[in-house]
Amino acid sequence: MITKPGDVELIANAAGLAEVKGRSLWQDARRRFMRNKAAVAGMIVLVFIGLFAVFGGFLAQYPNDYVDFTLTGAGASNGVPSIETGHYFGVDPDGRDLYARTVQGTGISLMVGIVGAMVAVVVGTLYGATAGYVGGRTDGVMMRIVDILMSIPFMFVLILMLVIFGRSILMLFIGIGLISWLDMARIARGQTLTIKNKEFVEAAVATGVRPMTIILRHIVPNLLGIVIVYATLLVPNMIIFESFISFLGLGVQEPMTSLGALINSGAGQMNYGRLWMLAYPLFFFLITLFAFFFVGDGLRDALDPKDR
Amino acid sequence: MYSFILRRLMIAIPTILILVVFSFVLMYAAPGGPFNSERPLPPEVMANIEAKYGLDQPFLMQIFNYVWGVVTQFDFGPSFQYTSRTVNDVIAQGFPVTLTYGFWSAVVALVFGVTLGVAAAIRHNTWLDYLAVGISIGAQALPNFVMAPILVLIFTLWLGLLPGGGWNGGQWQYVVMPVIALSTSYMASIARITRSSMLEVMNSNFIRTAQAKGLPMHRVILHHALKPALLPVISYLGPAFVGMITGSVVVDVFFSTGGIGQFFVNSAFNRDYAVIMGITILVGVLTILLNLLVDILYAWIDPKIRY
Repeated sequence: MITKPGDVELIANAAGLAEVKGRSLWQDARRRFMRNKAAVAGMIVLVFIGLFAVFGGFLAQYPNDYVDFTLTGAGASNGVPSIETGHYFGVDPDGRDLYARTVQGTGISLMVGIVGAMVAVVVGTLYGATAGYVGGRTDGVMMRIVDILMSIPFMFVLILMLVIFGRSILMLFIGIGLISWLDMARIARGQTLTIKNKEFVEAAVATGVRPMTIILRHIVPNLLGIVIVYATLLVPNMIIFESFISFLGLGVQEPMTSLGALINSGAGQMNYGRLWMLAYPLFFFLITLFAFFFVGDGLRDALDPKDR
Repeated sequence: MYSFILRRLMIAIPTILILVVFSFVLMYAAPGGPFNSERPLPPEVMANIEAKYGLDQPFLMQIFNYVWGVVTQFDFGPSFQYTSRTVNDVIAQGFPVTLTYGFWSAVVALVFGVTLGVAAAIRHNTWLDYLAVGISIGAQALPNFVMAPILVLIFTLWLGLLPGGGWNGGQWQYVVMPVIALSTSYMASIARITRSSMLEVMNSNFIRTAQAKGLPMHRVILHHALKPALLPVISYLGPAFVGMITGSVVVDVFFSTGGIGQFFVNSAFNRDYAVIMGITILVGVLTILLNLLVDILYAWIDPKIRY
């Protein structure tokens, strides 16, 4: 082991490098995310959609359930979108302002998506982490329950429930809450299985930390990256899910509305030339979905090291 | 292998039973019976009707009769709305329609999805790859209820090429749009899954060996790469089938094709519990069986899996 002069320099350099400020995992992830142009664009679009849903109502000239009787009736010339009349997006055959309704529909669709994702994050992560950490027979039973729930066609069961208990937005949230966590539970469990054999968990066990504390303090924080990614990708799926039911007329009820219900009524008016009724809600629906997909993809590239 | 199939069946059967019992309990808990109308019927008439549909019996007896009828004779009982028709009649009328366009949608999604995915993977980072990725991202945001109005707008209202709805005994003009509407987003997902798994397989050692011994490209792809690359696609088939069966509801309602989805939604509005339950259970059983089939197929194709 003779140290050559060159090596000494190298080692000195390496020591110097170590003094460079370290970057945390999250900072790295943020840099990777920021480099992804599509994801950043998606993020900006999402901010605008959020602002539109929350503050767009202040720009509306009419409340969303106000019926303008001079503009009712089917006809392509009635209630065209225009700045002068204050109906920026036109009116529907009932003479209601489509701009105000689009704002409300976007808001409800976003809310459904976010509630679904939150249920998935809380219930799914805890369920999956517990199953994975405890293991053994508990794990088997818990995951078998998820398997069984997953193989049931939930859309049909949810419609059955909506019919029986009445169509309301609360029922819709319950239905979405029932299914959204299943995938997340599987993902969280899989990830927990790889984490639970790491040294820091062993150390926690050795120092006598209780299992529930280990799950919450040591397992769940390490799941966060993957959980955030799947939650972002879950939001558009939940929006599609809700819009599907509202499209059938079984979801959100009048005078409230969602993007799915608006797309449905727009599709029904195509024959009469009221194309704006399909175009505006569809536009907001599509850009919302695209924005979430791109942000989700960007987050996956940034946070999930497996897929790089 | 056989014990694996047996074990999967052991899960499938209780799942189906749970589904049947759960839907029955839900229906039983419903406020208001199916025959409560604006104008109350005379009590004798009501009693007669309830006796006919077995609604006067105790709960456990009702549920036992229902489950027994479903299990032994596949009999879902009479419809509450279409008097003189049974739920089985309704299903017999609607199911062949759903099955027809459902089958073609599955074929279209699989064939085009896999082709697109494989083409994108072997022409990695060329315009073809970018085109395929672009299509699959775009189509992902086009679920069936968005595709259906757009298709009708283009092909019926603007171009006047295809009829905007109806079934007409399954003539091809009437089948095209339901199939496209139903299959697009699944085609996109299958293309994406195929592309990424194909990319992985094409970089593996055994493909390099196959290429090194001078096999022609099509032989390498068809005989060596495709089978392992399709494994993730097969595991996606289960959820895809569920999605397609669910999507058929939208297709039926929008195109008035007369499949079970149309009866399902009509019954949902008319509170015809018998039909809703019958269709829910039928779809549930189908889903569970298809999932079983996919699992068995997976185990059969992938020798690495040991159960």
